[in-house]
Amino acid sequence: MNFHDTPQEAEFRSIARKWIAANAPREFEEELSKSSLGRIRLAKHDMVEVGKAWQKKKAEGGWACLHWPKEYGGRGATPIERVIWQQEEGVYGKLTQPFQIGEGMCGPTVMAWGSEEAKRRYLPKLAAGEEIWCQLFSEPSAGSDVAGLRTRAEKKGDNWVVNGQKIWTSGAHYSDYGLLIARTDPNVPKHKGLTMFFLDMKSPGVEVRPIKQANGMQEFNEVYFTDVVIPDSQRLGAVGEGWSVSLTTLMNERMSIGARLATGVPEMFEFCSNLMLEDGLAIDDPAVRSKLASWAVKASGLKYTSYRAISALSKGERPGPENSIGKLVSGLMLQDIATYAMDLEGAAGSLTGMDEEQANGQFQQMLLSSPSMRIAGGTDEILRNIIAERVLGLPGDIRVDKDVPYNKIPTKGRG
Amino acid sequence: MNFDFSDEQKQMRDEARKFLSEQCPPKAVREVLDGKASYDKSLWKGLAEMGFLGVAIPEQFGGAGAGHLELCVIAEEMGRALAPVPFSSTVYLAAEAILIAGSDAQKQKWLPKIASGDAIGTLALFEGKGNPSPKAVKVTANGGVLNGVKKPVPDGAIADFAVVAARTGSSGRESDISLFIVDLKAGGVEVKSLTNIDLTRGQAEITFKDCKAEPLGAAGEGWSVIAQVLDRAAVLTAFEQVGGADRALEMGRDYALDRIAFGRPIGSFQAVKHMLADMYVSATLARSNCYYGAWALSTNAGELPEAAAAARISATQAFQHCAKNNIQVHGGMGFTWEFDCHMYYRRANAMALGLGSLSYWEDALIDRMRKKNAA
Repeated sequence: MNFHDTPQEAEFRSIARKWIAANAPREFEEELSKSSLGRIRLAKHDMVEVGKAWQKKKAEGGWACLHWPKEYGGRGATPIERVIWQQEEGVYGKLTQPFQIGEGMCGPTVMAWGSEEAKRRYLPKLAAGEEIWCQLFSEPSAGSDVAGLRTRAEKKGDNWVVNGQKIWTSGAHYSDYGLLIARTDPNVPKHKGLTMFFLDMKSPGVEVRPIKQANGMQEFNEVYFTDVVIPDSQRLGAVGEGWSVSLTTLMNERMSIGARLATGVPEMFEFCSNLMLEDGLAIDDPAVRSKLASWAVKASGLKYTSYRAISALSKGERPGPENSIGKLVSGLMLQDIATYAMDLEGAAGSLTGMDEEQANGQFQQMLLSSPSMRIAGGTDEILRNIIAERVLGLPGDIRVDKDVPYNKIPTKGRG
Repeated sequence: MNFDFSDEQKQMRDEARKFLSEQCPPKAVREVLDGKASYDKSLWKGLAEMGFLGVAIPEQFGGAGAGHLELCVIAEEMGRALAPVPFSSTVYLAAEAILIAGSDAQKQKWLPKIASGDAIGTLALFEGKGNPSPKAVKVTANGGVLNGVKKPVPDGAIADFAVVAARTGSSGRESDISLFIVDLKAGGVEVKSLTNIDLTRGQAEITFKDCKAEPLGAAGEGWSVIAQVLDRAAVLTAFEQVGGADRALEMGRDYALDRIAFGRPIGSFQAVKHMLADMYVSATLARSNCYYGAWALSTNAGELPEAAAAARISATQAFQHCAKNNIQVHGGMGFTWEFDCHMYYRRANAMALGLGSLSYWEDALIDRMRKKNAA
């Protein structure tokens, strides 16, 4: 048991480190290291533009999507080399946020299901950040039950005509392409009538509207499709096979090993170390210490769980399912920490001022943003189902709509 | 990075699991639970023969000379099987104290006997309510003669010797505390069994009346040795707790698959599935914290105090969580004497207190994290 690199890993790390030292946009280092929670913002620059510049530089140096094959814009690196790169990229990794859905979900789906021509045309530009991709799965009536989606695609000659609405699409407003799952046959059970496509987000009939979220910010979008034409050449997988194709995408979403999840624990420790209560520092209060300790061991538990997964990768093994616990643990913890930090501030805890006395308002922001952490990318409940079924081997849920044609499934609850 | 046990260590874990599943089935644990024996003597002998008692004891002192990582994998299996033997008191507490502070002669005298199963040892630290603290030590030692009462002493009623923390000064500082080795079969010692929630592991009250004792380590350095022993034992017991938590989770999972209610396995209801998923999360976080503790213990790293506290807290919470929800998954049957669930529940809650309470370790963790942040 040790934390050392193998000689090959050490060599790779040293090359990566040298390249980053010579090429990283140092002018943003401080700003990036400060913003640890939620979305990254740069005071004087457009995040997407700065991100594109960094991604392009990485692609030219052979450091973009490095686990992809070279012919598709990657480096042909091993999974452990990818993790080492992420560790070395450090705060600059935050600049890759606009590309994560493309790199983590859309790209692998095109790689698995696209034609050779499509792979050579789209993947290198995706890898280099020249073209940004978004994922068009969730709908207002199809969230956790995404197979219940309603957006229709109808065949007209060599094309498909799409009508409907998607929601919760991160980055749709700056994306060039989208991965779209739509219903092509409503007369068969819901999982069987779906087909996967990709489309140009600038196509006529595509309308992107930002959603004003509960925390007042606008990070996600609704995307409306009105008679949008998609050539059949942009279909991924067979007609009616969209559900299998989507599983490739979702599997990749959950495979992101070594991803840095914010837990809120370092911020809370710092806050309690400085906050003066009536009887002294918050961190000297037994009740505060007890809560802090419980959160600290969850955070360290997550960290060392990811180390175990990295070790498995390093040995060429597939990491086990224990990695699926990260978001489940950290989402709720962020919410609990925010609530407790504000409680310690007393009546003034409700104020959202950004002054230093209130820790720059970070816990108030955390409180308002954290509900989304427990929903996006799989709700807490879906994640518990996954652990129960795939890790513990418990039975799947009873699906009352499993064998019912899609157009016979009830669409309303009461009345 | 290789944040995992080696193939040889995993093989040792498999051997320990096989051995314990044969030699320590629930039926054997129940012999002690029902008061028919004070501990499982044949299992103790078997553990010695397998080399498990002395796995971390150097070869020159009769052990296998493997190391603490090997002891960690065995500890996990001991916890899983609820082994009703004085393993933790003898191996994690007494042997570690002697390894840290003993003279060569003391090591020669006691460690081979521990490894061969011929001597049961323990640590006599507590004196009634409260957590580990030099201030709580009232037993006195004057000129190597002990007076006072220790309780609870784990496995005190079956132990052959005890490492005893006693007061040798009155300055109000840690340096007032020194350690002694006491032969419990000699004069001046009175031992009384105490009943406790974990019926598979005994606790005792030990009274010293003008009892002659041999110093262990230098005078005034007792507390620093105790602190080291507690950190090492925290990691090792955390592995036992993780073993117990995993087994409780498995029992709950298996029952949820077999038990039918409302026409379907109860494991198909989300309320039950989610409860089991949360148990898995606790056990996984604890296991990962334990691995870090094992690394710190085996390398004697400066991180050990913090790593030990984190492993201890996480594993205590996980075992309590899994043991209590295992009963809940079982419903009424889980509350019967006949089902094994209560044995894990008893063990989990007794272990949560044995080296000091959860709040004691939470307090310790925050102190240690602050020290690191300040450095």
